[in-house]
Amino acid sequence: MKFLVCISNVPDTTTKITFTPDNKEFNKAGVQFVINPWDEYALTRAIELKEAAGSGTVTVLNVGEADTEPNIRKALAIGADDAIRVNAHPRDAFFVAQQIAHIAKEGGYDVILMGKESIDYNGFQVHGMVGELLGIPTVAPAMKLDMNGNTATLEREIEGGKEIVEVQTPFVASCQQPMCEPRIPNMRGIMTARTKPLKVVEPVGDAPRTAVAEYALPPKKEGVKLIPAESAGELIRLLRQEAKVI
Amino acid sequence: MSVLVVVECDGGEVKKSSLEVATYGSQVAQMLGTTATAVAVGEATEASLAQLGEQGISKVLYDAEPRLKDFVNGAYTKLIAAAAQQEDAKVLVLANSNIGAAVGSRLSVRLGASLATNVVELPQISGDQFVVKRGAFSGKALANVVLTGERKILAVKKNSIEAQHEAGKTAQVQSFSAQLTDADFADAPKQVVMQEQAGGVLLPEADKVVSGGRGMKGPENWHLIEELAKALGAATACSKPVSDVDWRPHHEHVGQTGITVSPNLYIACGISGAIQHLAGVNSSKVIVVINKDPEAPFFKAADYGIVGDVFDVLPKLTQAVKELS
Ligand SMILES: Cc1cc2nc3c(=O)[nH]c(=O)nc-3n(C[C@H](O)[C@H](O)[C@H](O)COP(=O)(O)OP(=O)(O)OC[C@H]3O[C@@H](n4cnc5c(N)ncnc54)[C@H](O)[C@@H]3O)c2cc1C
Repeated sequence: MKFLVCISNVPDTTTKITFTPDNKEFNKAGVQFVINPWDEYALTRAIELKEAAGSGTVTVLNVGEADTEPNIRKALAIGADDAIRVNAHPRDAFFVAQQIAHIAKEGGYDVILMGKESIDYNGFQVHGMVGELLGIPTVAPAMKLDMNGNTATLEREIEGGKEIVEVQTPFVASCQQPMCEPRIPNMRGIMTARTKPLKVVEPVGDAPRTAVAEYALPPKKEGVKLIPAESAGELIRLLRQEAKVI
Repeated sequence: MSVLVVVECDGGEVKKSSLEVATYGSQVAQMLGTTATAVAVGEATEASLAQLGEQGISKVLYDAEPRLKDFVNGAYTKLIAAAAQQEDAKVLVLANSNIGAAVGSRLSVRLGASLATNVVELPQISGDQFVVKRGAFSGKALANVVLTGERKILAVKKNSIEAQHEAGKTAQVQSFSAQLTDADFADAPKQVVMQEQAGGVLLPEADKVVSGGRGMKGPENWHLIEELAKALGAATACSKPVSDVDWRPHHEHVGQTGITVSPNLYIACGISGAIQHLAGVNSSKVIVVINKDPEAPFFKAADYGIVGDVFDVLPKLTQAVKELS
């Protein structure tokens, strides 16, 4: 089984978000970038399934400029076999999906996994676009993934429940917890990651279909109104009469 | 040229988030000087579909094929694409739900459309310019996005627009067939398992949420959360560590790695307000925090707060709600 795991490079979860003075770009200065937390589920599950089968390969794919390589190496340290970086600024979900679909097709991958969404752009789009570009099923978001030969059984989250879905390879799935316990690199992994192949390729495809004109921060809260614990019931009156939410 | 709204139904009824989407779609249609048609998926009664007139929908297309009762990505995509073609839809509007995101992303490729998810406001349209505001950076920012494609698909975040109800208006319900074949049902679910919902309110759809964190000390104390939720007609939720240790099921965990909610009222009980938790709840309209630590970071994000012990405060709140009615 050939797994392709797509990872994106995102600001660490605790980052305070700021923008350039013209509000057109995210301000990267001093920001630590990590593997998108959702993608860690995809990566770890692919490695687990490869190990369980005793054969196969896990390739990580990132669409990004050279500064994403430390996180690609981290994915290799966690246990991926090799990596591909599409040398481009990931401009929108459609642009990224085209790169993934192209590489998936060329490399003949059986299972394409990614996180449910990225925590920076929160698109929740790439999985479906890749599936449609390749004409194969997409299961999103998946909470569980098991493989038996070429048949995969997945649990897909729906509002208020879950669907059990069975698909044949090739397919795309976007992953979320509680799929697995994401792994962290160990010393041996870090040492071997240095020598694993990382191929850099140039982008293909059509122009993006969306563009960010401007970013903004949400309006500031006015500040908390504190109610003494002794008169807690007063809160309910305020929620009805002042905030008008009950 | 028209606006096509995708309406999700469950148990015969149109979902609350789809009433919001129908309102949104009707308003976009008005801006464009056209009408809004809906295509319904899931199990719906004719009466509930006709009622979409109250949200400004003029016509509803419905395919009564029984296998469409549960979500099937292949079949839903084909059905909606066929409706879009028939109606010559230039703008499609769906809910930013698991169904909306799964189908919307496939449709954007199939129809060659620009897609924006997580949309929080009506678009700004001037001439050929079409700009929508969407949430980004896990609720820590907003982005104005220009959709450059000739067709546009918008997935609207729950609770970001209020559903309108113009009493007495009805939509015309038309049967519709996308000529679905067995192949379109290749990814049909083998089984659908619905979770038990505390008080019958679905968390992702909820208008009010009462949520508990590690400060609740253990699952045996959750009746305090449930009693307040029941009195308010709210859904229950929890922080990640609570579901990690199985005090509560995983589907109740909100936050960056859990469910994102945007209710009108979010009451956080014994939750510290870590940035990853806030990421899933910070677009709630009104946030109430109950924590015994006055320094808990959640107070910075709150509208109302009580510095106190949840075991003492929660029963008082439940009592006060009961006295309201
Ligand atoms: C990559 C990543 C993703 C994450 N994703 C999520 C996520 O999706 N959702 C999420 O929730 N967390 C997430 N976390 C975890 C998050 O960082 C916090 O650890 C978590 O939210 C803390 O949960 P808590 O507030 O319930 O517990 P604690 O941090 O232990 O806080 C408990 C609070 O209860 C208060 N308290 C205690 N006793 C009482 C009492 N009797 N009365 C009143 N108050 C009391 C305390 O003062 C304290 O503020 C994530 C972390 C990482 C690293």
